[in-house]
Amino acid sequence: MAFVHALFGRSDYAIIGELVEPKSKVLDLGCGEAELLAWLKEHKQVEARGVELSAAKVQRAIARGVSVYQGDIDEALADYPNATFDTIILSQTLQETQHPLRVLTEMLRVGRTAIVAFPNFGHWRVRVSHLFSGRAPKTGLFPYDWHSSPNLHYLTVQDFESLANEQGWHVDRRIFLAGQRQISMAPNLFAEVAVYMFHKPVQKN
Amino acid sequence: MIVESQQARFPSIALDCGVTLHNIDVTYETYGTLDSAKSNAILILHAFSGDAHAAGVDATGAPGWWDNMIGPAKAFDTNKYFVICSNVLGGCRGTTGPSSIDAATGKPYAMTFPVITIGDMVRLQKMLIDSLGIERLLAVAGGSMGGMQVLEWVAAYPESVRCALPIASTWRHSAQQIAFNEVGRQAVMFDPDWNNGDYYSTSKPPARGLSIARMVGHITYMSDESMRQKFGRRLRDKNAFGFDFEVDFEVESYLRYRGAQFVDRFDPNSYLFITKAMDYFDVTQGRGPLPTVFEKADTRFLVISFTSDWLYPTYQSLEIVRALRSRNREVAFVELESNYGHDAFLIEVGEQMEIVRGFLASAFKETSAGLMKECA
Repeated sequence: MAFVHALFGRSDYAIIGELVEPKSKVLDLGCGEAELLAWLKEHKQVEARGVELSAAKVQRAIARGVSVYQGDIDEALADYPNATFDTIILSQTLQETQHPLRVLTEMLRVGRTAIVAFPNFGHWRVRVSHLFSGRAPKTGLFPYDWHSSPNLHYLTVQDFESLANEQGWHVDRRIFLAGQRQISMAPNLFAEVAVYMFHKPVQKN
Repeated sequence: MIVESQQARFPSIALDCGVTLHNIDVTYETYGTLDSAKSNAILILHAFSGDAHAAGVDATGAPGWWDNMIGPAKAFDTNKYFVICSNVLGGCRGTTGPSSIDAATGKPYAMTFPVITIGDMVRLQKMLIDSLGIERLLAVAGGSMGGMQVLEWVAAYPESVRCALPIASTWRHSAQQIAFNEVGRQAVMFDPDWNNGDYYSTSKPPARGLSIARMVGHITYMSDESMRQKFGRRLRDKNAFGFDFEVDFEVESYLRYRGAQFVDRFDPNSYLFITKAMDYFDVTQGRGPLPTVFEKADTRFLVISFTSDWLYPTYQSLEIVRALRSRNREVAFVELESNYGHDAFLIEVGEQMEIVRGFLASAFKETSAGLMKECA
């Protein structure tokens, strides 16, 4: 077990901050107020772009000096030509998208590498909550009532692994977080947040 | 701060219509100080009825039209930047236009003034900027027709523009926009006092036509919501209908007032020429599809639209954003919430101020860092 720094109070941001190559082209989908992008611009001299749905967050992101535009993730990706970015980040937003697989596929078209962080629905607390309450799970990680949750799709570490396998994606890094710790044992049970860095192998004719 | 306007004169300018115009005067104002590297200049471009007086107060005590955005510690911070604003070609506020004297005849140009374009306006601004010794502007910014000039600047002189801020604007005038302008022009030209544009000698301008044109304009600048809030069905200085055709409603009184007021400060022929220039505007004309127009530009864009602006709706801004995205040009975009309609870019300054200030600060920081690297 290793401790992970938090960046803006988030350990997944700290991990992503390490994974992104200096001076690369980065697009952050659902970038919020662009704290991470501003950090990457400052510390890794990346060419930063961001998409965010909330006008209030976009305003603060632009005021921070990051080129962020207000828009929907699916639409934003469609405009870009192939391989425009080195890295595309989707942090804690996959579960809120309408068509997760379509978004992931588009990410791998527009970017060379994708980094995805998502809350693990397979965590033991989620399982326990469901098992004993008999109701839709409510935990620190999934704090919402079923009727007012922004989450549209729930996935586990295992689910993501099989999707990657099925789609033929090559996983470069898989990092599992429990609070401020990085864990490796039984991640589907113990990981609160999973971070995957992956790419689509170049097709050989 | 009391500002004084300045004058520049240029021997000639070749216009898009093929005519060369001679002895052109340009009236402009500047605020702040140009730094030694000439890297902090921002050109502000005014909307249809604006002028060079964008900030501060003039000798008569009148504030500039964007005084809430330009000044010390404001969005266009004159402690940091050197801000320039000039009256457009074809205008009537100090820059050569149809009411100026044609040296060849000794009389006002009137309808012999050549039909000008947004491209011509920008060409003249470039001459002004060159004459000030500025090679690259930190930013060009403007709302409405000002935004069209912003886009034209990037298309015509990509290497001269570091940042572009088209606000509540469009890359080409739509049928609806042309339609409203045509109503305004017809109102002016149907007024018998217009006299084919030759009313300067009679000193009886087509005031009724121009004020009706302005009344229509004001309706398009507001929104259903803002008119409901501002006027509702309130009556003007009365408790009951007059059962005649004098002013009953507040909104009628307001429109008549704004119409009449406009006549005192605007030349009816300038109304015709400038609206025509807007209607002709299509930044892709002669340049190919929109994405390719901005392809060469190493310009950072900040595009802003407003939710209730139905004259320059958000979709027009989004078309610009999408074209830039398709070439991975650097673009920030936000649609701001406002009830004020198209007028929002002049009124709704709180959020706009924060966004513009932050955007410019980061661009200026990058530009300064770049300059230091070049010198090292």
